[in-house]
Amino acid sequence: MTVHRDDLGDKMGMWLFIFTELLLFGMLFVVYAVYRSMHPEAFKLGGDELDVVMGTINTIILLISSMTVAMSISAMQKGNKKLALTLLTITLIIAVVFLVNKYFEWGAKFEYGFNPGAPELLELGPGTILFFGLYFIMTGIHALHIIIGIALFIYVFWQIRKDKIHQTDYVWLENTGLYWHLVDLIWIFLFPLFYLIH
Amino acid sequence: MSEANNAHNVSYLEYKGQYKGLFAWIFSTDHKRIGLLYLYTMLLFFSVAAILGLLMKTQLIAPGYTIMGPQTYNSLFTLHGIIMIFIIVVPGLPAVFGNFFLPIMIGAKDVAFPKLNLLSWWFYIIGILIVLTSQFMGDGPPDTGWTFYAPYSFRTPTNVLPAVFGAFVMGFSSILTGINFVVTIHRMRAPGMTWFKMPLFPWTLYGTAWIQILATPVIGITLLLIIAERLMGIGIFDPALGGDPILYQHLFWIYSHPAVYIMILPGMGAISEIIPVFSRKTIFGYKAIVLSTMAIAFVGYFVWGHHMFTSGMSGRALYAFSFLTFLVAIPSAIKVFNWVSTMHRGSLHMQTPFYWAVSFIFVFMIGGLTGLVLGSLATNVHVHDTHFVVAHFHFIVFGGTGYAFMAALHYWFPKMFGRMYDMNWANLGWGIFFIGFNTLYLPMFYLGIMGMPRRYYDYLPDFHGGNIVSSLGAWVMVSGIVIIFANLIRSARHGEKTSDKNPWGGKTLEWQVDTPPTLENFEEIPTIVKGPYDYED
Repeated sequence: MTVHRDDLGDKMGMWLFIFTELLLFGMLFVVYAVYRSMHPEAFKLGGDELDVVMGTINTIILLISSMTVAMSISAMQKGNKKLALTLLTITLIIAVVFLVNKYFEWGAKFEYGFNPGAPELLELGPGTILFFGLYFIMTGIHALHIIIGIALFIYVFWQIRKDKIHQTDYVWLENTGLYWHLVDLIWIFLFPLFYLIH
Repeated sequence: MSEANNAHNVSYLEYKGQYKGLFAWIFSTDHKRIGLLYLYTMLLFFSVAAILGLLMKTQLIAPGYTIMGPQTYNSLFTLHGIIMIFIIVVPGLPAVFGNFFLPIMIGAKDVAFPKLNLLSWWFYIIGILIVLTSQFMGDGPPDTGWTFYAPYSFRTPTNVLPAVFGAFVMGFSSILTGINFVVTIHRMRAPGMTWFKMPLFPWTLYGTAWIQILATPVIGITLLLIIAERLMGIGIFDPALGGDPILYQHLFWIYSHPAVYIMILPGMGAISEIIPVFSRKTIFGYKAIVLSTMAIAFVGYFVWGHHMFTSGMSGRALYAFSFLTFLVAIPSAIKVFNWVSTMHRGSLHMQTPFYWAVSFIFVFMIGGLTGLVLGSLATNVHVHDTHFVVAHFHFIVFGGTGYAFMAALHYWFPKMFGRMYDMNWANLGWGIFFIGFNTLYLPMFYLGIMGMPRRYYDYLPDFHGGNIVSSLGAWVMVSGIVIIFANLIRSARHGEKTSDKNPWGGKTLEWQVDTPPTLENFEEIPTIVKGPYDYED
């Protein structure tokens, strides 16, 4: 078979996939909007229970990681393999740090019994139950996307090392970057909706 | 690569790649082999689900316990629905004929992402396997119906979890196929094939692929929420925890209504291919069909509420949804006029695919017009959740997509297998099927209007007469299916060999390539100068 290569087509496929991801989260945002309008007071109190400092740190490092992965693509375009690998490694480390923070944040919530099904939570009434149900499902699915992103970074890292991804053929790196920006973008919406709005 | 195994002169059926035997199929990235993989899987599961349907109709031949009790009946209609919807009609024509013929019809060697295409099939198979485990493990087969309505889907002790998760996994297959087709159509059309020189089947696949991309994520997240509800009790849909089960219905139908257009649009596309060929006439109103396809894909998003007229919605929302439902009927009607006008003064060739296409129009019109009865608010309240609904959607989904699938299969069969089926048996099978189909489903309209509810294993003695006719129809219809399948399976293996490139006199590109096609379809990518149905020369 002749090898068919179409970078523009590959990127178009990725954009369509990103579109499906936005719809997936979009529906969760719709559910959030519905229940927030039904229980504004409980959602405000729920938001007060979340750790704003932790959330802010995660937001900042995730934004930085979006920058480093974009810089990694630029470095690859200029043929600087070593720099591209370094920047990719930084992105990877940040992704792991994000998950570690998340682990401690979730752990604290579990300790207080805010996790779905916990008897303490059930006593707090429907609004709070829904707030934490949404909090765990939305940040949980987001964390799953971070894990998928980490897997993609490792794969791309490996491909760059083997020179399968190089200066003239780097669409895998570019698509991984696009995906990572999406993960970042979702968080940019999750953070104010859960942590900041009063 | 030796000369005898060259991608340009060996048919895709005989080509020897890296793998042998079964692996040469299940690891093949060739779009034609993947199409056949889907075909075989679907025919197998269609047979299973048809038998389930037959058992249910046999149960309903008399009131009370005939051959099964209520719990068995509930799990049968659940499994029948899950198989027919998620395994057969949703992937349906795009997965089989779209994979096989989309690249050929637009003059490409394969789809844009062949590996992703194979991955889609694997997601599909894994999803099926997960669904099947629900039947054999845990506390008995699920009994929720294919709609998994909250809160019952997380209250029932039966094994709903794998069924929901399997449907979720199959969603990936659907999304990836959709992305693949959109990119293929945008990027890989042969030189000269402008958008309005593209045949209609690819056009409908294009509309379908967009719906798959835009609607499937919604069911994905909804099913995930059901899983979370069952495992952890997050409360989103659970009224006991403050959640709203009606919200589930909204989210479910935001996908599942567009999904019926995923089912029917490619069927309409196949019919639009067949009718001009067997009328030897250019299709009437090519652009009207294209635009109505895109109109259906678009308006189809905004009508989901008509599944919930009795669930509790504001009056204003009811009017809007009812109005939009009437609106979405228009583009479908436009297509019917186009098909009929194409046949008008054509030179009609009465052969098996054409029989299927014409009977498609007949049953599709019954299904469509009864849809308007359901779409108007006053009558809906009366027939909601009765056998009228069951009859309506079997006329559309089985009568529409099913007939179109059989039409497409009989139309493209010689090209796919390089063999011809026995026409007489095929026609006989069609005739028996058509009679059985109408005997089975037409009485259901009557039963529904008289008030017989759906999804009960039992009914009042007043409904006995209609049910006897309907159940006998089921047996006749299944006899037809047996004849059709036996003929096709025998013909695929031992049928008369043919290398005739164009047995029906078609004008689209798939009739210009070898029969069966070579691995790369085209030795040289053609340049397109004419429209797809150019019979006027």
